[in-house]
Amino acid sequence: MKGATTASAVGFAAFLALMAAAVGQDAAFRAHFWIIFVVLLVGTILLMRRVSFEPANSGPLQADLTVYMDGVVRYGIIATLFWGAAGMLIGVIIASQLAWPDLNFQPWFNFGRLRPVHTSAVVFAFGGNALMATSFYVVQRTTRARLWGGDLAWFVFWGYQLFILMAATGYLLGITESREYAEPEWYVDIWLTIVWVAYLIVFLGTLVKRKEPHIYVANWFYLSFIITVAMLHIVNNLSMPVSLFGSKSYSAFSGVQDALTQWWYGHNAVGFFLTAGFLGMMYYFVPKQANRPVYSYRLSIIHFWALIFMYIWAGPHHLHYTALPDWAQTLGMVFSVMLWMPSWGGMINGLMTLSGAWDKLRTDPILRMLVMSLAFYGMSTFEGPLMAIKAVNSLSHYTDWTIGHVHSGALGWVGLVSFGAIYFLVPKLWNRPQLYSLRLVNWHFWLATLGIVIYASVMWVSGIMQGLMWREYDDQGFLVYSFVETTAAMHPYYIMRAFGGLLYLSGLLVMIFNVWKTIRGDVRAEIPMGFEKIASPPLQPAE
Amino acid sequence: MANTTNKILDWHGNIERNVTLLLVLSLLVVTIGGIVEIAPLFWLENTIEKVKGMRPYSPLELVGRNIYVREGCYACHSQMIRPFRDEVERYGHYSLAAESMYDHPFQWGSKRTGPDLARVGGRYSNDWHIQHLKNPRDVVPESIMPPYAFLADSDLDVKTISDHLVANRRVGVPYTDEMIKNAATDMAAQANPDLDGAALTARYPKAVIANFDGSANRLTEMDALIAYLQMLGTLVDYSAYEPEKNER
Repeated sequence: MKGATTASAVGFAAFLALMAAAVGQDAAFRAHFWIIFVVLLVGTILLMRRVSFEPANSGPLQADLTVYMDGVVRYGIIATLFWGAAGMLIGVIIASQLAWPDLNFQPWFNFGRLRPVHTSAVVFAFGGNALMATSFYVVQRTTRARLWGGDLAWFVFWGYQLFILMAATGYLLGITESREYAEPEWYVDIWLTIVWVAYLIVFLGTLVKRKEPHIYVANWFYLSFIITVAMLHIVNNLSMPVSLFGSKSYSAFSGVQDALTQWWYGHNAVGFFLTAGFLGMMYYFVPKQANRPVYSYRLSIIHFWALIFMYIWAGPHHLHYTALPDWAQTLGMVFSVMLWMPSWGGMINGLMTLSGAWDKLRTDPILRMLVMSLAFYGMSTFEGPLMAIKAVNSLSHYTDWTIGHVHSGALGWVGLVSFGAIYFLVPKLWNRPQLYSLRLVNWHFWLATLGIVIYASVMWVSGIMQGLMWREYDDQGFLVYSFVETTAAMHPYYIMRAFGGLLYLSGLLVMIFNVWKTIRGDVRAEIPMGFEKIASPPLQPAE
Repeated sequence: MANTTNKILDWHGNIERNVTLLLVLSLLVVTIGGIVEIAPLFWLENTIEKVKGMRPYSPLELVGRNIYVREGCYACHSQMIRPFRDEVERYGHYSLAAESMYDHPFQWGSKRTGPDLARVGGRYSNDWHIQHLKNPRDVVPESIMPPYAFLADSDLDVKTISDHLVANRRVGVPYTDEMIKNAATDMAAQANPDLDGAALTARYPKAVIANFDGSANRLTEMDALIAYLQMLGTLVDYSAYEPEKNER
């Protein structure tokens, strides 16, 4: 009866969702639980079809416990690509809504409801799945131990997908706490907490029973990312539900305290989710792909502790010149500027790992992608401290400059390092000798890089321009521009930004095609990278 | 120097061989910043300025605020005027912490794709707001705001309003028993000038009473959202505010 327990558990959860849909206090809550019910019902049916009635000990059904658990990593890679395409597509859509407002379809597909779908889909669905999949792969290889907890890893994977689905459908229905990057309502937050604790247990358990005495540096970063995100998530989402069967809750904190709690969370969603976690990824895949050891062990120790200590302090720079007390703003600014150094410690350690292997960039587009991601990491971790200086922030805050900054980090650093890791992993996980096509990886590299450069530079221009227009006075001492004149001036930039995003998305679609062909086992007949044309075949001896 | 560094590195080897140590030390290191920066905001008395005029939201305003949250308005509109000459001239007096003391959650925002709304109350007529929300480009041709015409067709849920006040009281908003008991009638009274609004304005001073959405017999989400927009930034009496005494 293998599989029967899981099927029953999911079936019972579906029943509970149906009950919640029946007794819900508000329409959004009922609609939300109808959706959850249907999803769980489909899951139950699929699981019931897989229940086996063979005797328990019949061979092939038993998982081989002596090998690495890679099934969940394979699913994670597919989920990463799926959510990446979905999230970036929504990004292109909402970028287009800003250029052409007629693309808003009320009430479900207005910008205000779609925007958190985009941010959550790219950060938590794309980024989160990439982190989970790679951390499960890396922790097994670097400890020489199978994932601890058996099917718990599968619970983490599917539980996380359910969280993403609940969050995204909730936003479309208008279920939101309005806390940026933490919008899901209280019951979705509770579900994520359960899944996240299971994730921590699987990861820790694997570390505990490791066969390697030494814990590799990538795992320090993954571990600090997992526990810090747990802390941030729980504190920032403390709230009082109106009813146990209602979608609405009120934040435990108000006004200024609420604002700083939220940006303590918000900045460290960047610092730990999008930085520490992905540094963990970098510390495994860059040395692997370059086939060189990590440049400096000492540097990794210093920048690890400095980075996780200082990031937490940087939140107040999101609240410069607001009603947050000055002392907190100043602390936030000082730590943000100091943060430049440990951030660059990571970049230097990554780039210098290529010492003696730089020639590989000519022939290896995967390594090229990883190096470009480190370059963007360095660029945006320089730009961040700059924007955290109060005088600069007075111009940049509330404008598109911030949006450009986030995207050079998200598309450049997070996106490219994930793509590089996935290109490395796919042939290994599906047991293929090589990727379908390295030339297509090169196409992806250039489409993505061009997309980011267009996106970021367009946002610099529009952000700085709008900031300057807001504060421009004529010689009579009057403000020159009404607000809506500055909005109208953004129009051409919003079109160019959507185009940059479209380029980046098309690069990902090329990748999905390449991965799909690789999984099928196809290999493209092509000229190897670094050669202009196929070397002329050796002369055949005459018959 | 080199010797000390080597000692530290040797000692760090212990952390790298002990999961518990790594876990506990990481957790310790990441908690410090939050404790130092956030915790004092709860007990330093000068965090929230002393002002006159702040009161909890009336039931209709609270529901309107929830619609503002639901539609993600904060993604494009800030409610936080910074103390710069251009912002003060464009939007009004710079925002104080006291003005969001009953805001669960805060709505300061992070982006101005549209203008700041911290003091939009009373700036435009109710009719302008109806037109603008139904189709922004009818009144502001260059606007890129999405339309919200459906609000005029969505009836408000009157039954559960007192539960919302109770939940707010649990997180510290000073709603009285009387306010909670009369929540539903207060909500109706604010959107209908024909009803007696004296009790409402006694409980919620400066509450604007009007038939916000223009249809007298229905209590809609349009009523609630406009009631909220019309009170934004209108409560605090700035003639009595002394910036020097609230230096932080």
